[in-house]
Amino acid sequence: MAELNKKISVTIDNITVEVEPGTTILQAARLVGGDVTPPAMCYYSKLEGSGGKCRTCLVEVAAGSTADPRPMPKLVASCRTTVMDGMVVKNITSERVMDARNGVVEFLLINHPLDCPICDQAGECHLQDLSYEHGTAGTRYQFARRTFTREDIGPYIQLHMTRCILCYRCVMVGEQVAEQRVHGVVDRGDHAAISTFISKAIDNDFSGNMIDVCPVGALTDRTFRFKNRVWFTKPMDAHRNCENPKCCGKVTLWMRGEEVYRVTARKDPWGEVQSYDGKPGWICNTCRFEKKKASDWTVEGLTTISRHSVIGANKYEEMVMPQETIQKVMGGLEPRKLMNIHSISDVNDPDITLSELPGPAHSVDFDRANSINNQIPENPGDAERHNKQMINKTQG
Amino acid sequence: MQPLTNRAQAVNRAPLTWWERIYLPAIIGGMAITLKHFFKKKPTINYPEKTRPFSPVFRGLHILNRDEQGRENCTACGLCAVACPAEAITMEAAERLPGEEHLYREEKYAARYEINMLRCIFCGLCEEACPKDAIYLSETFAPSDYQRKQFIYAKNDLLIPHPEKEPEAYKKALGNRAGKKRSEIG
Repeated sequence: MAELNKKISVTIDNITVEVEPGTTILQAARLVGGDVTPPAMCYYSKLEGSGGKCRTCLVEVAAGSTADPRPMPKLVASCRTTVMDGMVVKNITSERVMDARNGVVEFLLINHPLDCPICDQAGECHLQDLSYEHGTAGTRYQFARRTFTREDIGPYIQLHMTRCILCYRCVMVGEQVAEQRVHGVVDRGDHAAISTFISKAIDNDFSGNMIDVCPVGALTDRTFRFKNRVWFTKPMDAHRNCENPKCCGKVTLWMRGEEVYRVTARKDPWGEVQSYDGKPGWICNTCRFEKKKASDWTVEGLTTISRHSVIGANKYEEMVMPQETIQKVMGGLEPRKLMNIHSISDVNDPDITLSELPGPAHSVDFDRANSINNQIPENPGDAERHNKQMINKTQG
Repeated sequence: MQPLTNRAQAVNRAPLTWWERIYLPAIIGGMAITLKHFFKKKPTINYPEKTRPFSPVFRGLHILNRDEQGRENCTACGLCAVACPAEAITMEAAERLPGEEHLYREEKYAARYEINMLRCIFCGLCEEACPKDAIYLSETFAPSDYQRKQFIYAKNDLLIPHPEKEPEAYKKALGNRAGKKRSEIG
C-alpha cells in the first residue's frame, strides 16, 4: 500500500512538482501556478465529468514517464491526462502548444459575436482574457456567424446563445448542483444550443451557479443586467447565515457605495468557485438574487483582486478622508456648498435605485416624471409590469 | 557657476555718459520702433467674427456620434469612463425596448451620459478607448460661463444633430473627424 500512495514527480516547463498519483497534468500545473498553468475553458475541477471539450489546455508531453520516456506524438488535453512518474510536460516553452492554442482560440471566436461592449461578462470573461493572450486582430472567417432567436429562460438568468462556446459546464451544474436539471444542449453541430425543455423557466434552487461557471457571457445575471460595468463595482467579501443547509452563505458582493448590485460565489485564482474544507462553496438562489441589500449581509472586507485585473482599476484599499478644518476654525459653522451635484446631474439619481430593479433598466425607469407617478422606486415590481405594458403598446 | 546659455551678459555698472543722461535720444529710438509696428501686418484677429483654423488634432468639446440612420452609437460600455484620468464621465445604461430600434443601435444604450467639463482635461483618452466610434472630440471650445452648473454636459448637450432631420447641422458637427482613423486626419 505504501507503494501506491507514493508521490510521483512531474516536470512542467522545467519546474518539478510532486503530486499524488491520478492527478491530471492541469491540476499539477495549478500547483506550480503562474504562466505555467494552461488556460481552461470547459474544465471545472468542482464539476464531475467536465473537461476535454474546448482544447485550450493542450500541452506537449516530451517524455511519457521514467519507464517509457518516449514523447507522446500528439498534443494532449492536460485536463484529462493523468501524470506519470518522471513525465516531462511542455506548456509555454513549446512552440507547438502556443501555435495550437492560437488555433483553438481562433476556432472558439469563429462564432463569437465579440460584443464585449454590451456583454455583462466583460472584465471577468475567460474568453476575453484568452483572446487578449492568443487571439489575432482580424478574422479569416468569411461566412455568417451563427445566430439564434432570443429565448427567455426565466427571471433570473439571461441567455445569449450567440456567445456560448458549448462547454457544458452549466449542464453539469444543472445535474450535480441544482435540484433538477430543466435545461440542456439541444440539436447538433452548428445548431447546438443551450435551451430549456419546452420553454421552462430555470428557477430551481442553486441554478444561479450556472452564471458563475459560465466562462463567457452566455449566461449572465438578469438582476444585474446592464446595471453597471463589472469594473465600476467594488467586490466585497460577505456572508450570511443561510437557512439552506447546502448553501455556504459566503459570497462576493459587487457594490457601489451602499448599493449591492450583484451577488456571486467567491472565486479562487482559477476563476472557479472557492472550496471550503474540500467542499465547493455553491450559493443558493435566495442568496444570489433576493438579498440585494447591504443590511442582509455581514461584510468582511475587500476581495483580493489580481493586480492586473481591470476590476481593481480606480479602487483604493484604504481611503483616508481629509479632516474638515473649516468647521473647527469657524466654531462649528458649516461651509457653504457651491453646488449640489444632484440638482444638475441625472446620473446616480438618489430617487432611482437601479440595484433594486428586478431586471434591466428601461427608458421608463429613467423617466423621472414617470417614476414619480408610478412609484417605481418604491415598488420595483411595477417597473417590470410597466415595461411589459410598454412592449405591448409598441407591438400592438 | 557655469552659464547655462551663452546669452549671459555682465551688468555694465559704468556711470552714464552725457549723451545717455540727456535721455531724449533713447526715447525717440523707442518711439521709432513703436511707430514702425503701425505699418506692419497685424498678428491678431477679431476673434468672435473671425476664427483661426484648428489643428487637425485639436481636442475640443465632446460629441456623441450617431450612425447614418440617426441611431446613437454609444452602448454604455464604460470604457471611456474607465480610461478617463479625471473621472469626468459618468453614465447609466438601459436595455432597449422593442420599438426603440430607431433610437439606439444596440440592445444596450446609455440612458444617462454626462461629462463634467470642469473635470475634463481634454486628453482624448475617451475617444481612443471607444470601441463604437461613439465619442469624439470636436473642433469647438467648451464655452465659458459664470456658473458651475453649466458645465455638467448631459446627453442632450453632447449628441450630434440627427443626420436625417437636420442634415446640415449634422455635417457641420461631424467636421472631418468622425469615423476616421487618427492617421487619416493628418
